Amino acid sequence: MAKEALMPYEQAIEQFEVVIGLEVHVELNTKSKMFCGCANIFGNEPNTNVCPICIGLPGSLPAVNKKAVESSIAIGLALGCQIAPTGRFSRKNYFYPDLAKNFQTSQYDEPIAFEGKINIELEDGVVFEVLIERAHMEEDAGKLTHIGGATGRIQGAEYSLVDYNRAGVPLVEIVTKPVYGAGARAPELAAAYVHAIREIVKSMNVSDARMERGNVRCDANVSLRPHGQAKLGTRTETKNVNSLRSVENAVRYEIQRQAHILANGGTITQETRHWHEDRGYTSAGRPKSDADDYRYFPEPDLVPVQPSLAWIEEIRATLPENPGLRRKRLMEAWGFAELEFRDVVNSDLLDQVEATVAAGAAPQAARKWWTGELARLANSQEVAVQDLSITPAQVAKIQQLIDSGELTDRMARDVVAGVLAGEGDPEAVIEKRGLKVVSDDGALIAAIDEALAKQPDVLEKIREGKVQAAGAVIGAVMQAMRGQVDAARVRELILERAK
Amino acid sequence: MSEITPDLVRHLASLSRILVTDEEVATLAGELNVIVDSIAIVTQAVKGDVLATSHPIPMANVFREDVVEPSLTQESALSAAPDSAEGRFRVAAILDEE
Repeated sequence: MAKEALMPYEQAIEQFEVVIGLEVHVELNTKSKMFCGCANIFGNEPNTNVCPICIGLPGSLPAVNKKAVESSIAIGLALGCQIAPTGRFSRKNYFYPDLAKNFQTSQYDEPIAFEGKINIELEDGVVFEVLIERAHMEEDAGKLTHIGGATGRIQGAEYSLVDYNRAGVPLVEIVTKPVYGAGARAPELAAAYVHAIREIVKSMNVSDARMERGNVRCDANVSLRPHGQAKLGTRTETKNVNSLRSVENAVRYEIQRQAHILANGGTITQETRHWHEDRGYTSAGRPKSDADDYRYFPEPDLVPVQPSLAWIEEIRATLPENPGLRRKRLMEAWGFAELEFRDVVNSDLLDQVEATVAAGAAPQAARKWWTGELARLANSQEVAVQDLSITPAQVAKIQQLIDSGELTDRMARDVVAGVLAGEGDPEAVIEKRGLKVVSDDGALIAAIDEALAKQPDVLEKIREGKVQAAGAVIGAVMQAMRGQVDAARVRELILERAK
Repeated sequence: MSEITPDLVRHLASLSRILVTDEEVATLAGELNVIVDSIAIVTQAVKGDVLATSHPIPMANVFREDVVEPSLTQESALSAAPDSAEGRFRVAAILDEE
């Protein structure tokens, strides 16, 4: 299979209206699985987190993980959904070895959350409202590895190996209503939507939200119709698009592919397609047919979930601020330039800067510490800056000592080094390392005299207006005083001398 | 009243991965029709004020706490499998793209 003929993107957008629909699967980060007590851990030896329930042995009975239900309700609330007063699980029947039971326990006619909406802001600030159809609970399937065949893919494979560690891991599937009106920006909107969902579940700490591990996965539905036509076009569903870039590229590709077919009088086959990131195209999977006749029926082994209003409100009270709104609020409160703010966001340092400001530091000072000196130190130690062993409160304390003149910038860096070396709080480090600003001008003046004696022409130059000549003397004095003086004070004294 | 056609029986058999002969299709269609018709009769006897239930006992919210319990060892997990390799269940390749 290879790339098919495509219509140029601009032309496709001119001729057709794009309608997209997105299904995002979020793996929850509960300690145990959805219906059994096996550990929910990524990367263990195959088939070591399995039990009779998740490998579907006869006679085993599932039991619903309360925390998973709580997280699902929380996700529903964060997406502005209503929470169903009663919901149940259903069996989605299919025969494929990724689930040993021959069905997936899911929700069908009674999802836990429905009818929500979320505002998605694109990079240039344009906002689209995306309506959420439903969010339901289900279980993940096991992992298949296909062995044999030239490409290692399923075609030509001789057999497959199955690891059920992931089978039964709790999933929440979030389904949008059809999204209209995004036009040329549909691919961008699709990626921004997935990004927003990822950010929300991460901020709520209900999922590790690592796309490269499949914690957040997206299926993208795309259909086209001529402008002004009421009836929706036939859609395709591109499966498991697992990075933000893939989401954008896959949607764009489908728009161009379908436009070419439609413009040449062809029809779109309703089918599942697969995205090949390496070569940038989608290929047909199986057409929608018998295989999708799932014969859902209510799961007889599980009773309905009926969250009380009190429980729902309790969960609502634990929801963190929406990440987008939080960014907006902090940007305004801190008064950073856009680039400065973006630097903090991209370095994932919002929490650190916010906590440092809360501990009393000025926003700019807090930003400079985290994105400057601390980022540099983290980089040289090859750790994440968030993992440095210094707290925002300690950073704020050090900044406060600078502001009050008790520490110079250079001494402050020493204090930071001391804290990172495990010497204790800033005060303890100052004590231990004998870091104190010399406030007795006597010693300072002596040091200045000595430095001036070695560079006698400096005072003359300053008098001629070359104030920058003071720099060499300041350096010498700072060195003589081992940095424990305020450079501004040294400069002040030198300039006074030149009068 | 008969909804169960021979074609539907063949379709269900294929969904269930069960091989059926033409004679079996005929027999099953007849038997399934009896069941479906019987349920239809019961349905007529019920008035509109009875809610459909999926459980005979009205119960809800039976949960377990999110606590990890011991799993099987890899060896015992695979012990009943017809075939295994590299710590995993080995199955015939099924033609369905990943």
